[in-house]
Amino acid sequence: MIIAERPSRLRAFTRAFFNSPTAAIALCVFVAMSLAAIFAHLIAPQDPYDLRSVSILDNLLPPGEVSFGGMTYWMGTDGQGRDMLSAMLFGLRISLIVGLASGVIALAFGTLIGLIAAFRGGWVDALLMRIVDLQLSLPTILVALILLVILGRGIDKIIIALVVVQWAYFARTVRGVALVENARDYVDAARGLRLPPLRILFFHILPNCLPTLLVVATIQMAQAISLEATLSFLGLGLPPTRPSLGLLIANGFDYLQSGRWWISVLPGVVLLVLVVSINVVGDRLREVLNPHLRG
Amino acid sequence: MAEFILRRILQAMLVLFVMTVLVFFGIHVIGNPVDLFASSECTKACLDEIMVNLGLDRPVWQQYLIFLGNLAEGDLGRSFTHGVPAMSLIWERFPATLELAVAALVLALVIGLPLGFYAGLRPDSWISKAIMGLSMIGFSVPIFWIGLIMILTFSVKLGWLPAIGRGDLVTVFGVRVSFLTLDGLRHLAMPAFTLSLLMMSMVIRLTRAGLREVMTSDYIRFARANGVPEYRVLGWHAMKNLLIPIVTVLGMEFGGVIAFAVVTESIFSWPGVGKMLIDAISVLDRPLIVAYLIFVVTMFVLLNLVIDILYSLLDPRVRLGAGAA
Amino acid sequence: MAPVLSVRGLTTVFGSGTQELRALDGVDLTVHAGEIVALVGESGSGKSLTGFSINGLLPGVARVTGGSIRLGEVDLRTLSAREMRQVRGSRVGMIFQDPMMTLNPVLRVETQMRDALRAHSTLSRQEVRTRLIAALAEVGIAAPEQRLRAWPHELSGGMRQRVAIATALLHSPELIIADEPTTALDVTIQGQILALAQRLCRERGTALVWITHDLAVVAGIADRVSVMYAGRVVEEGPVDAVLDTPAHPYTRGLIDSVAASQPKGARLPMIPGRMPLLSDLPQGCAFAARCPRRSPLCETTRPEPHPTGAGQTVRCHHPLTEPAGAVA
Ligand SMILES: Nc1ncnc2c1ncn2[C@@H]1O[C@H](COP(=O)(O)OP(=O)(O)OP(=O)(O)O)[C@@H](O)[C@H]1O
Ligand code: SF4
Ligand SMILES: [Mg+2]
Repeated sequence: MIIAERPSRLRAFTRAFFNSPTAAIALCVFVAMSLAAIFAHLIAPQDPYDLRSVSILDNLLPPGEVSFGGMTYWMGTDGQGRDMLSAMLFGLRISLIVGLASGVIALAFGTLIGLIAAFRGGWVDALLMRIVDLQLSLPTILVALILLVILGRGIDKIIIALVVVQWAYFARTVRGVALVENARDYVDAARGLRLPPLRILFFHILPNCLPTLLVVATIQMAQAISLEATLSFLGLGLPPTRPSLGLLIANGFDYLQSGRWWISVLPGVVLLVLVVSINVVGDRLREVLNPHLRG
Repeated sequence: MAEFILRRILQAMLVLFVMTVLVFFGIHVIGNPVDLFASSECTKACLDEIMVNLGLDRPVWQQYLIFLGNLAEGDLGRSFTHGVPAMSLIWERFPATLELAVAALVLALVIGLPLGFYAGLRPDSWISKAIMGLSMIGFSVPIFWIGLIMILTFSVKLGWLPAIGRGDLVTVFGVRVSFLTLDGLRHLAMPAFTLSLLMMSMVIRLTRAGLREVMTSDYIRFARANGVPEYRVLGWHAMKNLLIPIVTVLGMEFGGVIAFAVVTESIFSWPGVGKMLIDAISVLDRPLIVAYLIFVVTMFVLLNLVIDILYSLLDPRVRLGAGAA
Repeated sequence: MAPVLSVRGLTTVFGSGTQELRALDGVDLTVHAGEIVALVGESGSGKSLTGFSINGLLPGVARVTGGSIRLGEVDLRTLSAREMRQVRGSRVGMIFQDPMMTLNPVLRVETQMRDALRAHSTLSRQEVRTRLIAALAEVGIAAPEQRLRAWPHELSGGMRQRVAIATALLHSPELIIADEPTTALDVTIQGQILALAQRLCRERGTALVWITHDLAVVAGIADRVSVMYAGRVVEEGPVDAVLDTPAHPYTRGLIDSVAASQPKGARLPMIPGRMPLLSDLPQGCAFAARCPRRSPLCETTRPEPHPTGAGQTVRCHHPLTEPAGAVA
């Protein structure tokens, strides 16, 4: 019966979501940017990592300028003569990978911890929740900063750091929902039917955690992308060889004072649009999925 | 009440202990600072001498015990690069950070409260929608980017505000501050505003949501039914209820603001502890990094205690609950 | 004697345009000095809304669109927001259902009472204190000086309701609207509060509108009663007449349901069916779907109020008592 209900519920949810034009636009923007990032190697005019295709003679050209080779730099070039449009497409790809990877790992890990806490209860629960509290009481940037000082640079390192600062949100959310759901009638009914615990977990409890998790995951992803950019900007995140949006912005910062704004500002706009659209989608999800939280 | 406070203090000390262990051993895993001090023609003997000077020849656990002993005396070791006690460096720079953070807090309240109030009173007007949209952006955008745009606009393009430093300082009660001189204020404006944005967005949202809830309450209706003037109803009866969540959240966020000052200070070259930390990280000045972290965590713990007290001052129900428990 | 409050044809709506919902439709209400009028009806019938329409404290989405609300000589609907504020507290007082929610949890009793007092008078600090202490003493609060310094959560429910009453009475208003002020209290306290309200009202000649679910309370306190259903007054008259010889089938149902349900004064309706939603009120009588006396006429035509022989006014095509003027 519940399964028969699913499609209509999904449709109702979709309709409710698209009821807000802002959210619909934000989702489209996000999808478009993701596609652009996935196909960056196909649509970028230049391979910004391939030194042969980059000419230092073309450096610091403002947007719209034409190169010696006759190529138009619609978004200008940076200090090494790289096409900004291409650099931004590849930077977007890296930012998204970092955000998505850290989000998914933190989600999996946090969910696991949250479920353990909820079902074990007792001292296990108390200890895990203490750790979660401690984790959440420290500012994310500080924790990430320390970790990166210890770990060094690299895409894997920054993903680890982001997972460490994010998992606790998921753990707390899942534990809360799981405790509530666990006390519900249908779970009792399922137990009465002597369904194996894992089955109850996967078919009854987890599906009910999903809406809340989706909201938290969306917002955490925006946070992660933003935090990665900040850390890279401080010179602590990714290696300079494969710049994310944050690193591109940092590279352009030095040129800002001399009025060459595009190197910094353009990747910044991309970052802004990306993060804001994810947040708008997250906000809308929260409104649609959980009416109690409506502000 | 006393038991409650004692428990909180013990808890806080445990957190501190765990943090010192994590931080100290974590930092010791990375890089070798000796290389920094050694010139290229430095011999083995000269390397050893540096090691001994820095105390790096002993086993890590001994270094930690020494560190802990010193910590108890408020001595967090000497900076490798500056050669002076780390703590004195922090005390020297902290006023700048504190000034920045407090200015950000004040801005967040002064701008955020009225905007949130307006949005809560007229939720459907387009101005309110614009306010909420801006607060969404304030939540989303990394603050370094805002700082960058501000520098571009107000320093590079318009030339109104200086992009770096603290400007003219005045000494008040032995502390050097910027906000009392015009030049200092001009230097303070952009970093403080940048740093305040996140808090400001939070204040706007909390105020709006809180006000909408409070305004439908019976006690506000009762005050109005008694003819209490609107300014008094909003400005005190509603406000005092609103302030409870706002003070709590801001108190908890204030530590975060100090931490985020790392970013703001780097952008605007504001000579506070945050910039010091980034510089220390780039040269691996371990004692300084450790001292900064211990300092910030301690401040955090103290802040949380202060919030609890403030909270109980604002909300009489909490005070009674704690007293009865 | 001219009534203190005379409401005629009061119409209040939620929303606007095509989504407009008529929550009150042509409500009449008359209260004289020293008189207690009870307003009864099941949840959602529009009792509170009537009260808020009178003192101008409707929620933002609601507004009064028709009728008149005369307080003495003035029509409150013609007053500006400022003038209305001056009426509230000084000429019209209000007491609410839940004393836990009525007092602001983060302000001392003194602050809240002082603000109410200062809203309509300029007094020195000392005068304010004396007045407040006297006001608390009058509603039977022991050690009023200490209670003034108390926080609301330090007081019991009954005590809080007394504070609310004392506050509403500070300026001796001509009219008090009490919105279920005893519902949240236990039975003994309920009795005390009822007696207190009755005494003060009689002594001072205050007109009192008492909103309630409880017919036992109506019988105990009120002089007249108005029964509301789906935003309309379906029956009005002296308490004895209405309770002894109800004219409207809905009133009859209410009385029977109380008689049937054991613990005295239990919550109202045991009448089968539910009140229609405001969004789909029937064309004819709103009670038709639940009414045993329903005829085809009831479903097509709205009954208008008309008098009965026993001094009631009833909105029904087929009242239970003989209409006035009919030959017995
Ligand atoms: N904010 C609102 N928006 C739309 N309709 C509302 C709103 N508030 C109240 N109503 C409707 O107005 C009608 C009258 O409500 P009112 O509060 O006056 O009922 P009541 O008789 O006082 O009920 P109760 O005994 O539960 O207090 C109800 O049908 C209710 O659904
Ligand atoms: S008008 Fe008809 S339906 Fe309505 S109460 Fe009277 S008899 Fe019943
Ligand atoms: Mg009501």
